[in-house]
Amino acid sequence: MQLLTVDALTVRFGGISALSDVGFTMDDREILSIIGPNGAGKTTLFNCISGVYQPTRGEILFQGESLLGLSPDRIAVKGIGRTFQNIRLFNNMTVLDNLMLGRHIRFRRNPLQAYLRIRTEELRHREKVEEVIGFLDLQAYRKMRVMDCPYGVQKRVELGRAIVMEPKLLLLDEPVAGLTAEEKNRVAYLVTEIRGRFGLSILLIEHDLRIVSRLADRMVVLNFGQKLTEGTPAEVQKNPEVIRAYVGEEA
Amino acid sequence: MNLVESYKDDLKLIEKPWTRCWVALLIVGVILFPLFGSEHFVYLATLIFIFSIGILGQNILIGYTGQISLGQAGFLAIGAFTFGHLTKMGVPLGLCLIGAGCMAAVFGVLVGFPSLRLKGPYLAIVTLGFGIAIYQVFTSYEVLSGGRMGMVVPKFPALFGLTSEVSMYYFVFLLCVIFLAATYNLISSYIGRAFVAIRDNDIAAEVLGVNLTNYKLLSFAISSFYTGVSGALYGMFMGFLDPQMFNFSETLLIFVAVIIGGLASVEGALFGAAFVILIPQLLSGYNELTPVILGVTVVIIMIFEPLGLAGRWFKMRLYWRNWPFR
Repeated sequence: MQLLTVDALTVRFGGISALSDVGFTMDDREILSIIGPNGAGKTTLFNCISGVYQPTRGEILFQGESLLGLSPDRIAVKGIGRTFQNIRLFNNMTVLDNLMLGRHIRFRRNPLQAYLRIRTEELRHREKVEEVIGFLDLQAYRKMRVMDCPYGVQKRVELGRAIVMEPKLLLLDEPVAGLTAEEKNRVAYLVTEIRGRFGLSILLIEHDLRIVSRLADRMVVLNFGQKLTEGTPAEVQKNPEVIRAYVGEEA
Repeated sequence: MNLVESYKDDLKLIEKPWTRCWVALLIVGVILFPLFGSEHFVYLATLIFIFSIGILGQNILIGYTGQISLGQAGFLAIGAFTFGHLTKMGVPLGLCLIGAGCMAAVFGVLVGFPSLRLKGPYLAIVTLGFGIAIYQVFTSYEVLSGGRMGMVVPKFPALFGLTSEVSMYYFVFLLCVIFLAATYNLISSYIGRAFVAIRDNDIAAEVLGVNLTNYKLLSFAISSFYTGVSGALYGMFMGFLDPQMFNFSETLLIFVAVIIGGLASVEGALFGAAFVILIPQLLSGYNELTPVILGVTVVIIMIFEPLGLAGRWFKMRLYWRNWPFR
């Protein structure tokens, strides 16, 4: 069975079609990349999958179940985690607390335990969080407020916060945007490593084509809210329509 | 230096042995206070403890969850009058307090519903309307407010050979400690984390699986429970209830106390309560200056110390912890 099926997805904001009739499928443990110029509708697509927007038309199936009409928190429980393009961390919380919040849906929640300071659950989840802290090399920043951390670290914290949810599908919105060349390589390595180690499927939005073509198994190209083409990185790069969308018409 | 050796050590309420010492000293000091403090000071301290419970509740809502509310007086009034009616029916004191809190919490949830849609100043306007509406309801319906002469509430009984005032002092102090400790626990738990997450970034919180509806309403319920209990204690302390005690200036007093004490800080509630109650006392000769002083303090605090007195306190502790190194 397909992990994720997006079918004829259409999103309209007033008169503007942010997405029109976009469809693709995704297999288990696949890294699928969505590319396209600015304003192509990539982030809108992510917002639809994670429930932040409701599409005008179309269908999104996750493990055979429709995600339409579900609130973002229900979708998170179903096993979809995501990061944001412009970092959306909880700025006044420590790195550790940010990651612990990622475990929120896995907590056995009992208000009485919260009030009486019975913290067995907390300890159980701390183990998992520490594992991810080790994996992402965040040990030195554990007790720092996120606001005070450098940009590259914030990006990693956001990645970590999505991983600790133990989702089946991870949506990464430009994970290497704004990083140095060295950090880019490191995150690129992490992305493949995440798939291997945590057994996730990853849907990736990225502008850096060199890195994308190294990471992705397949690519979907969007332009002006429509799907241009889909295929392996090598196929997509040779496609004349894609070249036209990115570089423009030949004179 | 204290070394954290296990994840469990990390979750302690009080981390350092020194902190334990001075907290214990402080508690002993408060217990011995009525022996050498004059009656007037006991009166003031009782008032501070009563207010800090309500301010603590509002701090959970405004400081931690980031939902700006101006309906405090309404919740105080609901708590106080529920308490008044319940004591008239002869319900035991403990149940009366819980009843007052729960009634306020129910109204808190009702007021919380707009918060699912409204943010920032818009929510403040809605809750402001609620506070004023409750005040009007109590002034207009004598059945609720106990008539033109107000409602007489029995004072706290004199226990263990102490006067009524001193017994009340100990009782309120005990409640205050319970509320403070419980709030520390709540804030450091998954619930507190979810509250802060909603304040810092509600979309991210939702995508991570925090149900905004539940947690916002929970925050409203908890905070109005505290405020309701505080109102009930205030009524019992005064021995008399009148809608006039819960007008808009009461709301502002609590709001100002939350900000001066320190947003998103538990001990800040105590500081804030002490500030708004002691300042009018210090200026008792110039009563007309009190609102000016409070207003100017809020302006100064917002500019120089956005985290309020609690933020200043935290910085002082940090300084002494590292002394003589900087």
